[in-house]
This record gives sequence, structure tokens and C-alpha cells, in this order.
Amino acid sequence: MTKKFNEKAWHEYDLGFMVSRPGCSAEYRTGDWRSQQPQTNKDKCIKCGVCYLVCPEGAIQLAADGTYDFDLEHCKGCGICATECWTGCISMVEEGE
Amino acid sequence: MIEVRVHGRGGQGGVTSAEMLAIAAINEGKFAQAFPSFGPERRGAPVVAFARVSEKRIRNRTKVYTPDVVMVLDPSVLSIVDVTEGLKSDGMLVINSAKSIAELRSEFGFKTSLARVDATHIALQELGLPITNTTMLGATVKAAALVPVEALVGPLEARFGRIAAKNIKALHRAFAETEIEMV
Amino acid sequence: MAKRVGIEVSLAISEAVKLAQVDAVAAYPITPQTHIVEHLSELVAEGELDAAFIPVESEHSAMSVCAGTSAAGARTYTATSSQGLALMNEILFIIPALRLPIVMTIANRALSGPISIWNDHSDIMSVRDTGWIAIFAENGQEAFDLTLQSFKIAEDHRVLLPISVNIDGFTLSHVIEPHEFLDQEEVNRFLPEYKPAVQLNPDDPVSMGAVGVPEIYAEAKKCQDEVLKGSITVIKEVFAEFAEMFGREYKVVETYQAEGAETLLLTMGSVGETAMEAIDQLRAAGRKVGLVRLRLWRPFPAADLRAAVRGIKTLAVIDRAVSFGGTGGPVAGEVRSALYSVKDAPYVASFITGLGGRDITVDDFIGMANQAEAMAKANEIHEYKMIGVRE
Repeated sequence: MTKKFNEKAWHEYDLGFMVSRPGCSAEYRTGDWRSQQPQTNKDKCIKCGVCYLVCPEGAIQLAADGTYDFDLEHCKGCGICATECWTGCISMVEEGE
Repeated sequence: MIEVRVHGRGGQGGVTSAEMLAIAAINEGKFAQAFPSFGPERRGAPVVAFARVSEKRIRNRTKVYTPDVVMVLDPSVLSIVDVTEGLKSDGMLVINSAKSIAELRSEFGFKTSLARVDATHIALQELGLPITNTTMLGATVKAAALVPVEALVGPLEARFGRIAAKNIKALHRAFAETEIEMV
Repeated sequence: MAKRVGIEVSLAISEAVKLAQVDAVAAYPITPQTHIVEHLSELVAEGELDAAFIPVESEHSAMSVCAGTSAAGARTYTATSSQGLALMNEILFIIPALRLPIVMTIANRALSGPISIWNDHSDIMSVRDTGWIAIFAENGQEAFDLTLQSFKIAEDHRVLLPISVNIDGFTLSHVIEPHEFLDQEEVNRFLPEYKPAVQLNPDDPVSMGAVGVPEIYAEAKKCQDEVLKGSITVIKEVFAEFAEMFGREYKVVETYQAEGAETLLLTMGSVGETAMEAIDQLRAAGRKVGLVRLRLWRPFPAADLRAAVRGIKTLAVIDRAVSFGGTGGPVAGEVRSALYSVKDAPYVASFITGLGGRDITVDDFIGMANQAEAMAKANEIHEYKMIGVRE
């Protein structure tokens, strides 16, 4: 069984304590931190991509129709996308509502 | 081991003359050191440089305190610096001066062996500049058996490139014209 | 074939760096290191050295750039002195933690203030705990040889740590003296091409310099110290290999006339050569005095030092820096620590001298040997004595 990061002896870490498995931070589900989540009225979306640019988590992805989808596994619910959206098509709603 | 101190003014090439001497000695298979009096560059200020030449490996890395040979590139420093400081009683003082040995002795009270040459005159004729470092090397190797004068030719060629020939001519002229008085 | 060359020590170091075929040099000029990087920039400009020479606006940037080039897999070199080393300080700690095998020459110089451009060991002592291997050269030949050996030590996959090669500013850096140069073919035989264990590469990405949360920070530091201490094995191997190939032998602790000695002087750096002259005079007068020269400052070669001083009565440690408010010179403190639990350990006298370019003469060394013996006889309790200071 592989040891967790905080169980290894000093000589069991990667050289220089580097992170040698690229993209492994994606395994960390920051979506659990969220108290509000973004909802989109795609009729008002002008496909400008501002939400995509400002998302600090990289949790917004381009959809096939040119609008944007939210990765709720990693979205922390910070609301920056909703604040910056030109047309107001993104709104933050309480989790579980 | 022969220890040498060079007196000049900043910018006159005193360090270069110490370096040429050391490189010539090393090329001859000897051991040698050359180094400046460490400090900021000070054009015009009286400065010194040092060299050591030996048949054996040199380990002493202090300044030269009791030189065997003192080389004075610029006669004007004689009145402001005691160039004989620490000079061994059987040492050799090599001075660039238009004055005769007798005049130098009576004016400054020099007691040690003395060599003089009018290096400024030679440098002005051969180089067109009053830069006496290479000229005085000719005088110094005549007055003190550090290296054969020919041993300096290679290092001068390597350092001075297209103006090497003039410097080598000045070197040889000084070697020929230097007067020596042993005591 | 090796050839004998009369050249300034700084330029000999640059030639060694060229022979090591470094890929990247990032440096900022500072007296008395300037000639080293000036000559390297000429070698790059003239096409004699195929490397990236990266001029920067400060030493902080120089070391930061070196971190980047080394992380990208480039054999990386820099050089500095004094205030420049102090300005690098923040980045110096990061290099060994990231296991980047950078080689740096430090032309040792006093730290301000008062402003001093002259030689002592204040600068290297101020970075003692950054985790770099620190080696001292006593003459130009050693500076040339140790520069080449440092790349091999640093890049060994059991080490992967940065190394500082310390040379006394001016008293070594600005001296013309004879050097036996190795040629490219000889160097290539000794020093293989650098093969990074890991490097920054977009096709195979890694993250260097991640956060170390409390759950792993202690493990990271333990690892770093174990690797640094373990590097002494590799250092000795590389010294032995160099001796085998080129006939010049290096040890982590060097001795001179130590056989049968009752008193030993201990030095680091170029003053060790002047001290040998003093030892010869003392021996000629029938005195049982010898010399220990620490070649390796970090990792501290405690076991080798204990072996070198076994059975002697008095050890006079000559420091060239002040540990303000401390219990002795920085080297003396280390030596006393290493010997404290040794049965019948020698009396350790701590002398501080040669600060800010003050010469240490043959007579000074003889005086310190005499004084140390008198202090040992009286078992004088002291922290340190400053030699040659006007009182």
C-alpha cells in the first residue's frame, strides 16, 4: 500500500521534494469547499470567455457550442466569474437550493 | 627567491611590468608571482606592484616587505615616497631618471646598488608616449638577474599585439643604455 | 597534453569553467570577482565557449537565473564576492533544497561596514548554513583543479548539491602565478557530460519548489542534511579519481609537517601557504609544530579533523571572520564542537586575524604558535584573541 504524503520517511520523497506527477493537484477536490455555486443563463451568454479567463481554479471549460461549462469538482464557489460576467448571465446560488 | 617592488603612478603600467616579469620567469621554467597593491584603481596616485621570482615553488603570499629589487617607473615619486623602504642592504634600486647616478645619490641619499636609465626619453622616442613600464623592464633585467631580456619578448608580444614591436625596441634600448653602480 | 601557463588565478578559473563546457553563466560583476566573469563573457563572445552568458541586474537575479538554468538541465556556473553573496542570500538556501548542482566561485572579501573590498572570510561565514558544499583553494592550481572537480562532485546523482569554491580575494584572485592546465581531451575524460536526474521539460513536467507543509518540512531538512553530510564520500572519491588521472592529490583535511607535532596551526584558504613557511622556520628551530589546512568547510569533515589532530597538545585555529558576540572565531567554534567529546582532546586556542585585507605574515604565524602553546600551558580560558589589533 502506498504511503500518504505525510507518512513517508525523509528518504522516501522525490528528489528535492518536487512534485513529479504532473497534474496531480486535480485529485484534490476543492469543490467540497463551496457554499455557493455558479449557475448560467446560457441564453444571455455572448461567449466572450471572461469567466474562463478570471477563474482562479481553471474550473471553467469551453463547451462545444462556444459557451462555458463549470467543473463543480474543483469550483470553490468564489464568485469571481459572476462578478466579472459582462451580461450578468452567471449568478451564484446557495448550495443545495 | 628574488622579491621585486615596482613604484609608479596609477595608469603607468606598473602592474603590467610586474606581470610581464612573472610570466617571463614562468615561461623560463621558474616559479613566480605578480600582484598589484590591492585596492581601487587610482589613476595618478603613487601605487606599487609586486613580483617574486624563484627556482622553487613560492608559498609566501604576503606583500613584499623586504624587496631585493625596487623598480621606479616615474622619477616624480622619488620625492613623495620612500622607495627604499625595506630594501635589502644588498638590494638593487632601478630608477627612471634623466639624472646621473651621482646626482641621484646626493639628492636622495641612496646607499644601495643603483641603476638608472632615462626611460621617459626612450619611451617618448620609441612609443611616442611617456609610458615607461616596458622600457624599465629592460633596465631591471640588466641590473638584476631575474630573467634574460629575451624572455620578456614573448610576454610583451602576447600582451601588446600590434604595438609590441615598439615596446620591445624600447625594452632593448633600455637594456643597452642602463648604467649600473654596484656597492 | 597538460601545459604550464603563467596566468592570473581569476583567468585560470575562467579557463577551467570553459574546459568544463558549462551551458550557462549568469553573473554580476563585483570586486574582486570581476576578472573571472569578465573573462568568461569574452570567451563566450569570441565563440570559444558555447554557453549562454546571461547578464543580470543584481546578484539576487544572478542566483535566481542560475536556479532556472540548472533546473532546466544546464551545467551552470556563477561567481561573486562579499556584498554580492549577501544579496544572493535568499536564493542560496533554495538551491540545495531543490538539489541543483550549481558551481560558484566566491572570491572571498570582507563585508561592509566599514566598506572594504579586501580579503577575509566574512562573506562565506555569513552563508555557512545555506546548505552549500564549501571548498577552499590555497593557490591558483588548486582553484583550477577544484573548479573542475566541483562540477563532478555536484553533479553526482548521490549529491546533486551546489558547491562554492572559495578563493581569497586579491591575495589569490589577482595573482599571476604558474598553473598546469589540462587540455579539453583530458578534462572530457575526467568530467562526463552533465546528466540531470530530473529537469524542467514541458514534455515530462514536474513542479520544483512546492510548499513544504509542517507534515513534511522536517523530513525535507533532514534529507538535505543527510545528503550534504553523505557528499563527503563522493568528494573523496572524486579527489582520488583526479589524483589517479592527473597526479595532483587533494584531501578534505590537509596536513603539513604534522607528523610528531605537539602543536598544530589550523588555517583555511591561501594563508595556509604562508603558514608553511612559518612551520619550516619553527621546525628548523627544533619546535614540534605543524599545520592543518581545512579544505572542506561544509560538510564539516569532523572525523578527518579528529584523526589529523589525534595525540597533539595544542591546536591554534586561525579565523578570518568574527562571529559577533559568539564564543570564538566561526572555525574555532566548529573545531571545539567536533573535539569536545574526544578523550584527551587538545587545547584549542582561537585567533582572529587577517581581517579586511590585513596581511598575516610568517612572523604572525610564529607568534600565534608561541602564544597558543603558552595559553595551553596555563590552560587559559578564553573565547578568542584578536591578533595584530591595536589596543
